[in-house]
Amino acid sequence: MFQIFHDINIDWLGKRRFFIGISIVLMLAGMGTAFYRHKFHPNGTEAFNLGVDFKGGTVITVRFKNPPPADALRAAINRAGIKDAVIQPVLDKKGEFLVKVAHQGFEESANGETQAGVDAARAKIKQALDTYGAEADPNVYKTLEDDPKAAYKIEGTEAVGQVASKQLRNQAIAVTIAALIGMLLFIAFRFEWTYGAAAVIAVFHTVLVTLGLFSIFQIEINLTVIAALLTLVGFDVNDSIVIFDRIRENRKLYRRMNLYDVTNLSINQTLSRTVITSGLVFLSVVAMVLLGGETLRPFSLALLMGIIFGTYDTIAVAGPIMVWWEKRIAAANKVSVMNPRDAGLKSARGAGRGDRTREGVGKPSQAA
Amino acid sequence: MKKRNLLQRSIIIGIVTLIGLYVVIGPHGRRPHARDFTLTGIKENLAQNIHLGLDLRGGSHLVMRVKIESFFKKLTEENAIAAQNAAKEAGLPVKEARAETTGGNYLVVMEVTDPSKAHEIRELVAKKADLNDQIGWTFSASGNTLTWTLTGAAQRTLAESATDQAMKIIDTRINAVGVAEPTLARHGGQNSHEILLQMPGMQDPERVKQLLGSASHLELVHVISPPAGQVSSPQTYSSEAEAIASLNSGGKVPTNRRVVPYIERSELAGQQANPNVQPPKKWVVIESPSIIDGAQLRSATANQSRAGADDYEIDFSLKQVGAQKFGEWTGANINEYMGVLLDDQVKSIAFIKGQIFDQGNITGRFSKQSADDLALTLRSGALPAPIEYQEERTVGPSLGQDSIRSGVRASLLGLTLVVLFMLIYYRGSGINAVVALLLNMVLMLAGLIIFGATLTLPGIAGIILTIGMAVDSNVLIFERIREEIRSGKTIPSAVEQGFGHAFVTIIDTHVTTIVSSLFLYAFGAGPIRGFAVTLVLGLLVNLFSAVYVSRTIFIWLLSRKGRRVESLSI
Repeated sequence: MFQIFHDINIDWLGKRRFFIGISIVLMLAGMGTAFYRHKFHPNGTEAFNLGVDFKGGTVITVRFKNPPPADALRAAINRAGIKDAVIQPVLDKKGEFLVKVAHQGFEESANGETQAGVDAARAKIKQALDTYGAEADPNVYKTLEDDPKAAYKIEGTEAVGQVASKQLRNQAIAVTIAALIGMLLFIAFRFEWTYGAAAVIAVFHTVLVTLGLFSIFQIEINLTVIAALLTLVGFDVNDSIVIFDRIRENRKLYRRMNLYDVTNLSINQTLSRTVITSGLVFLSVVAMVLLGGETLRPFSLALLMGIIFGTYDTIAVAGPIMVWWEKRIAAANKVSVMNPRDAGLKSARGAGRGDRTREGVGKPSQAA
Repeated sequence: MKKRNLLQRSIIIGIVTLIGLYVVIGPHGRRPHARDFTLTGIKENLAQNIHLGLDLRGGSHLVMRVKIESFFKKLTEENAIAAQNAAKEAGLPVKEARAETTGGNYLVVMEVTDPSKAHEIRELVAKKADLNDQIGWTFSASGNTLTWTLTGAAQRTLAESATDQAMKIIDTRINAVGVAEPTLARHGGQNSHEILLQMPGMQDPERVKQLLGSASHLELVHVISPPAGQVSSPQTYSSEAEAIASLNSGGKVPTNRRVVPYIERSELAGQQANPNVQPPKKWVVIESPSIIDGAQLRSATANQSRAGADDYEIDFSLKQVGAQKFGEWTGANINEYMGVLLDDQVKSIAFIKGQIFDQGNITGRFSKQSADDLALTLRSGALPAPIEYQEERTVGPSLGQDSIRSGVRASLLGLTLVVLFMLIYYRGSGINAVVALLLNMVLMLAGLIIFGATLTLPGIAGIILTIGMAVDSNVLIFERIREEIRSGKTIPSAVEQGFGHAFVTIIDTHVTTIVSSLFLYAFGAGPIRGFAVTLVLGLLVNLFSAVYVSRTIFIWLLSRKGRRVESLSI
């Protein structure tokens, strides 16, 4: 048998302070950067580099037959009356640029009604592009090369107004939280509240760390990144459940063993699966980062970071939190035995899950 | 393992696989012919069966919002005018009525000189001006002030019906202009008043946007001017302030007057000159309410203003009721000026020489296309309120194809790497995993086709997550079998135990993800839903392919080796 791990016996929980320390440092670094950027805007950055989906604005993909330098293009757009346009050459396609423009405010139309500036940006950018020659006629020619007279072609437009971007932003936050709550409820139903909470806290931590990295490196956050974050949430909870399942099984097998050791044992037993699965997913995500193209890049980068931290946090965060929490409950139950006033509480809990013994959870010497 | 059991399993798997394959690459709605078995035939069928989203296929996606506040504002203002006119005509002691439309509240406020007549006024106004409880205007009186307030419930109902009406009108306009396979649907939550329009293959939505966006609210109005004969052309003013000053009403516009811009179109000349230079604005004073509005229009067509000319005009005719009203008015106002008011701008002013009944025209140097578009929007009726564009996503065909190509290339590379690893690491059993994985892909696509779901970029993310989960299920099972073998179990019982234990875990992980996907589906829209749908489908299929199929292959392997199995390639 060809094997990566064999009979490993690592005291994962013993290193919990180290792991949780790392997690806290990573989270603080990310959130700190986001806060710093939010407050002081170094180099004009914001807390997060939000895409048009969430900030509003316009992105135009344009392709030239004879691409001008990015600076010249920026200057031309500036002359057309749009300040702070971001010109981003598309790496894997020659002559193609992304022109990103912030929301253009409100324009007063002829009849005095204000109209959201969704349309304004495109018209102005087109005006700037027209200084390089004519656009390929979209009604006649399918590609830029087909039109002999054209100098450029607008390949795609994305424009989002302010009401819509706000809705999308709220919705993204709402769905992420809803997904987490859904998982919490199901895990609580299948295992225990503490397990669910531990898994969800671990996932939340991964999401925060990933978002922190997005803030540090100023990678754009758009709708597909939210899809990536949700994918991540799925993978991550998946990992936690595999370990929890093993813990549940081992607790029945080794009734004498305390939760601390059972958790370590379960993490070690499932370690090869954790590493292989994560490794395989990692491989396909790397393939996506390399070949997926510009549109998928923020998505695949989010997944890449998430897979690394998701694997790490299952072992380093979910396990310790769950053990710590169970231990707190066990301690509280012990106290309540001595305190007759709380006896009702104890019996109510005890009636919930009769098969689970909470005595002797954790080693006293290693109790935090 | 029993032979019969194996046979039964194989038959089920065979049938499901064949159906799945046929759904994915077979022709739909016709009999298969020889061409369907060639590679190009398969490719064509595949492309036809899978509905690609606009982000992959190319096309235009527009989200419009009906500006419902303008709708209420206008409704309240019209009601205020109607109430005042009705009360004054009946000789009731009314000083003035005005509309108050701030902070989401819509009120008609009427000042009266004799509060004892409040009841009488209320009765009259309810009949003549639609200000009544049935529609949702609640009445209250304090001293000399009478107030009608539009209730929240009525606002919601009216907003809903206005949005629906706008959608119908937009539908008519799109069909008239001949967009291929458009989909039009309500968008967003209950109170968002948004409409989503998707036009596959549309590369330049500018014309459609303009066509849909113009409110096209037509009114024929009386332009206040000294009668012709004294001055040769209607009275205009060079600024809004000047026009208001001419009314001698202390800087305010009385309820029965409006000050609107008068724009003489110079479209044809403007196209050659600099388009950014607006023609000078003039202002005119018109009487309110209008004589008749666009609801009375029977037809509208664009015609050349004279034979061979390059400018166009719109000729319209009126319905019977409108024509009668119009005829009465023109008969009584010979030598006055009449204006054609379109979206609160006077487009042309005509001098009334004699009584006119049901014909009229809008002149003003229109180009052919703008005259056609205007005639079309007039025919389709006026939008109840202006719309604004909230989202525009247009993807050219080459951009969409690039996304597909790079997405497919990335998935294939990923899949190859995964397959290679499984074959090297798990050797013989790796084949199991590969078969299960491929079957999973086929059945998931079949599921997408059967449910008519649309494949978008986030949907591809869902597929990648599914591949990950599918591989994970196999890894879980294989690792467990290896563990059981190590602990000294016989091969058949190790396989049995491995599947048994891993199955519990697989169910738990799958159900957790499905539960959260259901939340995503419930709370998300558009792309997030696409993600959730592919994911749920993929996971359900995976329970079949990774557990049932993989297990059957193991049963078959073991049964071939006979009673005593010494080794298993895992």
